[in-house]
Amino acid sequence: MTSAQLEKILTRHDHQSANVLAILQDIQASENYLPRKTLEEVSKRLQVPLTQIYHLATFYRTFSLTPRGRHLVTVCTGTACHVKGAASILNTLEREFEVAPGETTDDKEYTLETVNCLGSCALAPLVVIDNHYHGRMLGSRVLSLLRGEKDASEKS
Amino acid sequence: MHLKSPDDLERLRTRILEDRKAQEGKKGIVLCTGTGCRGAGALEVYEAFQKELGGKSAIEFTSTCCHGFCERGPITIIEPQGIFYQRVTPETVPQIIAETVKKGQVIDDLLYQDPATEQAIPAEQDIPFYKKQNRLVFGNNRLIDPTRIEDYLAVGGYQALAKALFDLSPEEIIAEVKRAGLRGRGGGGFPTGRKWESCRRAPGDVRYVICNCDEGDPGAYMDRSLMEGNPHSVLEGMIIGAYAIGSHEGYVYVRHEYPLAVENVGIAIEQAHKMGLLGKNILGSGFDFTIKISKGGGAFVAGESTALMASIEGYVAEPRAKHIHTVESGLWDKPTNLNNVETWANVPLIIERGAEWYGAIGTEGSKGTKIFSLVGKINNTGLIEVPMGMTLREIVYDIGGGIPDGKRFKAVQTGGPSGGCIPEDMLDLPVDFDALTGAGSMMGSGGMIVMDESTCMVDVAKYFMHFLKDESCGKCTSCRDGTLRMYEVLDAITKGEGKEGDIELLEEIGWATTEASLCALGGTAANPVLSTIRYFRDEYEAHIKDKRCPAGVCPALITYTIDPEACIACGKCRKECPTEAITGKKKVPHEIDQAKCIKCGTCREVCPVDAVKVE
Repeated sequence: MTSAQLEKILTRHDHQSANVLAILQDIQASENYLPRKTLEEVSKRLQVPLTQIYHLATFYRTFSLTPRGRHLVTVCTGTACHVKGAASILNTLEREFEVAPGETTDDKEYTLETVNCLGSCALAPLVVIDNHYHGRMLGSRVLSLLRGEKDASEKS
Repeated sequence: MHLKSPDDLERLRTRILEDRKAQEGKKGIVLCTGTGCRGAGALEVYEAFQKELGGKSAIEFTSTCCHGFCERGPITIIEPQGIFYQRVTPETVPQIIAETVKKGQVIDDLLYQDPATEQAIPAEQDIPFYKKQNRLVFGNNRLIDPTRIEDYLAVGGYQALAKALFDLSPEEIIAEVKRAGLRGRGGGGFPTGRKWESCRRAPGDVRYVICNCDEGDPGAYMDRSLMEGNPHSVLEGMIIGAYAIGSHEGYVYVRHEYPLAVENVGIAIEQAHKMGLLGKNILGSGFDFTIKISKGGGAFVAGESTALMASIEGYVAEPRAKHIHTVESGLWDKPTNLNNVETWANVPLIIERGAEWYGAIGTEGSKGTKIFSLVGKINNTGLIEVPMGMTLREIVYDIGGGIPDGKRFKAVQTGGPSGGCIPEDMLDLPVDFDALTGAGSMMGSGGMIVMDESTCMVDVAKYFMHFLKDESCGKCTSCRDGTLRMYEVLDAITKGEGKEGDIELLEEIGWATTEASLCALGGTAANPVLSTIRYFRDEYEAHIKDKRCPAGVCPALITYTIDPEACIACGKCRKECPTEAITGKKKVPHEIDQAKCIKCGTCREVCPVDAVKVE
């Protein structure tokens, strides 16, 4: 993130240290993670200790300190999804990607995440691939979806 | 248009209603594009309608948010007949316009079919799911495009605000809310009027009001749907509350996982400002009030009031001890009144129609209606609004349509991770704040997750403990370690490593966690464990003593086999098995090599004839 881009975000939030959470959210949205350099600059500019920023960045689920993969696969593990088999979908994806939730595959292709509920319980169990909701899923169907999407993106 | 008086507001409303009267009987299409229907493809349907109608159609096309019957989304209603179409796809759009909108012909395939009578039902109000509901708070969603303030005004919006500002004193408003018996919809059930009164009386010049839309209970999404679908009703409640309390600044705290709610409430705040319903000198009353939005960062504990306030201040969402209540010292150490989305949305109703009317709905201790999200192993998944005191049986069977696939009901989980599981023999329990607490569960924010015979209750308890150990902020040892230890014990039990005495150990840790934690997260964390032990002890014992999972869920305690009689040797399971544990050829029934099987269940998922058995 360039200094100019950061400046824009800081201005949007009045350079206020009370708005640090919203500032981090904007950085995350723009960069897909929180780069260390940017956090150091935020710390300096807002006079907020880097430790406090680190505390925030590791406390809230929305933040990531490492770059995420090109595709984000989120398995909803809300209660409705759980009773309808979310755990088995998650296991399937963990095996397929060889990563744990929160991690990114070595080729930086996929990041696997879980979310506590997206409130789309009628579609349970739900998997979100790059912001597209896929309802009434099964582990085997997610895999074929992923293979399909990969094929489609390779073609385009 | 900037409204400077209640008369201005009424004049505008009259004009809107006259315009609409002139349009009465006109052809129209209402499409739900709430998050639930979006997940089922509503945006694609929206585009198809836009394309088919073109720019200058005489047909009124409205997109609203959640109507509640999410199971059947995307939902479309054709006006003026009010024909209810379900599971609409982009492909069916040209047909809907050509046949139903233009010629008035009903397309039977798109109607809802009552599974009991196999009758197709054309009108929304005749569908059993809607029939028993009383949708006072939620019903307007169907009439409102949340991005148009005029739609809210057309259903009587901001009338209660005008009444509050010009006909009632702050004390009278508080007395009215107290008399109505409104209790907090976010979980605690604290009397709203009393909270307001304490905040008003707290010393200091600056006071804050907060709307808590950090809806973290998994399986509950009524707050999101209200915020997305009818944000002005929440804002109106907040402005009335702020006037009663004497506050000039408010916050709406929304989960970042709810982008559409953030967007719609943002638009609503902007529109209310432009019209003079927010900001300086509201409707010429001399009362000033502004609202800011604060976005959550994905932490369950942030829904706790003191944690939420810490988060708005820019800190991590850790609760503090409440020896001093937030109504005296909350956000930035100022008196702060926090209520949940649904609570705020009830306020205009009470002010407009009066405490007597409101108090006549519900039970002795719990007045009004409550929105529940009915999810899990249930036929009609969705949001329902019913009077307090309706029995679980009516909710699950009459509205919810019972359990899918002819399976047997086992339990309903209420109150999210702080709640508990209520068994079959308590189905006649009337649902209100006190009855649920008495049953070892709680109302919470209104999630109801239905479980059937294929749900393992030990696994459910483990699920919640996994959730809570992750979401515990770590401040109190009893909660941080208590949830972790309970999880470890439950994990061992589900892996067949349970020991004699584990149930008693869980009860003891549960007790300590409840008693020694600061906030409600720790204080109620043991509920899912204790309530499942209370009602489903035999399932725990089957896991511990017999090393058996009666529901066939816990992988370490089950085996998958293929019934050679039923197997059609199609080879699907063999192809999909991730560990190549399945052998078989064409016309030869397949077999699972138990040594290689990792019990992932893929074979069972893909089998077209249900030949894979679990024991």
